Amino acid sequence: MARSITNKQKTINTAFAWGIGLIIFFPILWTILTSFKSEADAIAFPPKFLFFDWTLENYAVVQERSDYMRFLWNSIIIAGGSTLLGILIAVPAAWSMAFVPSRRTKDILMWMLSTKMLPAVGVLYPMYLIFIKMGLLDTRIGLVIVLMLINLPIIIWMLYTYFKEIPAEILEAARMDGASLGKEIIYVLTPMAIPGIASTILLNVILAWNEAFWTLNLTAAKAAPLTAFIASYSSPEGLFYAKLSAASTMAIAPILIMGWFSQKQLVRGLTFGAVK
Amino acid sequence: MATKASRTAARIMMAPAVILLLGWMLVPLIMTLWFSFRNYLPLRGGDLGFAGFDNYARFFSSSAFWPAVGATMIIVIGTLIITVTLGVLLALLLDQPMWGQGIVRILVIAPFFVMPTVSALVWKNMFLDSVNGLFAHVARFFGAAPVEWMIQAPLSSIILIVSWQWLPFATLILLTAIQSLDSEQLEAAEIDGAPKVKRFWYIIVPHLGRSITVVILIQTIFLLSIFAEIYVTTAGAFGSKTLTYLIFQRVLESQNVGLGSAGGVFAIILANIVAIFLMRIVGKNLDS
Repeated sequence: MARSITNKQKTINTAFAWGIGLIIFFPILWTILTSFKSEADAIAFPPKFLFFDWTLENYAVVQERSDYMRFLWNSIIIAGGSTLLGILIAVPAAWSMAFVPSRRTKDILMWMLSTKMLPAVGVLYPMYLIFIKMGLLDTRIGLVIVLMLINLPIIIWMLYTYFKEIPAEILEAARMDGASLGKEIIYVLTPMAIPGIASTILLNVILAWNEAFWTLNLTAAKAAPLTAFIASYSSPEGLFYAKLSAASTMAIAPILIMGWFSQKQLVRGLTFGAVK
Repeated sequence: MATKASRTAARIMMAPAVILLLGWMLVPLIMTLWFSFRNYLPLRGGDLGFAGFDNYARFFSSSAFWPAVGATMIIVIGTLIITVTLGVLLALLLDQPMWGQGIVRILVIAPFFVMPTVSALVWKNMFLDSVNGLFAHVARFFGAAPVEWMIQAPLSSIILIVSWQWLPFATLILLTAIQSLDSEQLEAAEIDGAPKVKRFWYIIVPHLGRSITVVILIQTIFLLSIFAEIYVTTAGAFGSKTLTYLIFQRVLESQNVGLGSAGGVFAIILANIVAIFLMRIVGKNLDS
């Protein structure tokens, strides 16, 4: 809102907003700080904020004791794989709904969205059974497929809204010039849609990375991603705050950075265009 | 522009997505429905035949059912009240002119990107723990006895954790909505001498109405099925067992699939009631 405002008012706003922002961010900050402490400093009373002996030991211990890299790799494969597979399936579908709409397009979009509303626990046993029968339990490929399916409606919706913003005349012009359908998609549509596709990928990697129902229930030792690895800290032994913090910091750092870039897409992707 | 050939091509290109989602929706759903009418105990004899509505009767009459409904409602409603109220206030604040607005936004949004198992365990151990948690330190500093949060107030603790995770979502969506508000209308009201409170109630709140509805509906759908936050903190103990958790225990822990599936069907119906309202709003927007 463009209203004239005094510097004093602006200062008050700033102080207030920064204060609240820091309170909300504090648990994350505290986790990051604790990850650099010794276990004794991590539980010290009064709490030590910045003046402690900074150490990287926890990171080394976490990697050494629990083979952190394996969980990280599983997370990367599962989040990245499910997103890319989803994009491959969703791009043609979103393209055809955006540029060759029929009477049923809206119904199909709504129906796709409705599959997202299915509570996971309602189909837990069937999925478990299917996974056992097909030998998919505790495999990365199994999770790639499930996470692709649960996020496919969001991917299609996001791509659809981005494609809708591309003027159809440009595609028509390409067709007039004799471009085939395949060429039209590769050379005309894709370059214009790249920002939209990139945002969609970003948001879906975040969602898949943080998914914690199927990853906890359908994995054991082999295919467990970081969500399941962190969950193993729920039955702790001895002092473990610094190690929990180091493991947590490593698990959330990449996604925090990606998340900050995807603020705007978040609204689009999670409200299905219901808020503009 | 849609020629016959392009229509055919469009259908072919939609086919994989439609078939996959159709399978994903129908196959497990039909299996759950089927199991809910069977006496199915995988570890104690397997499928022991048709059970009629016994599973439903037993699920609804079990001593765990109503407490689970209660816990679910307290968590969902408690989290909604906190996130929507604070979300509106925070969105209004973030809309004001200030220095470093972008950084404050980043700080506020950050919790949404923290995976559920991390936020639950960090809160449980480093803040709510009755011996070494920061809250206990603060309590001792003021001479009070530390609270065993996860045992004495498990629902409040879970509401706190989940609200922290979802406040950014509510704030971000409400901020987007506020920023789309026509500022001329507000200025006109200001010039006409409408006091701040009145401007808030008669212009901003009605404008936010639909966004608040969307936030409530989307969050309800997600909150009804929170799982990891309970799994790693109380594991359903101390009265924190939600419907989702109860069904999970019936199905996977005690392997009473028939009983759990009856609960699953109930959870699906419940989620769909909320979804219908959300879909109506989304559908209207799709038309315009």
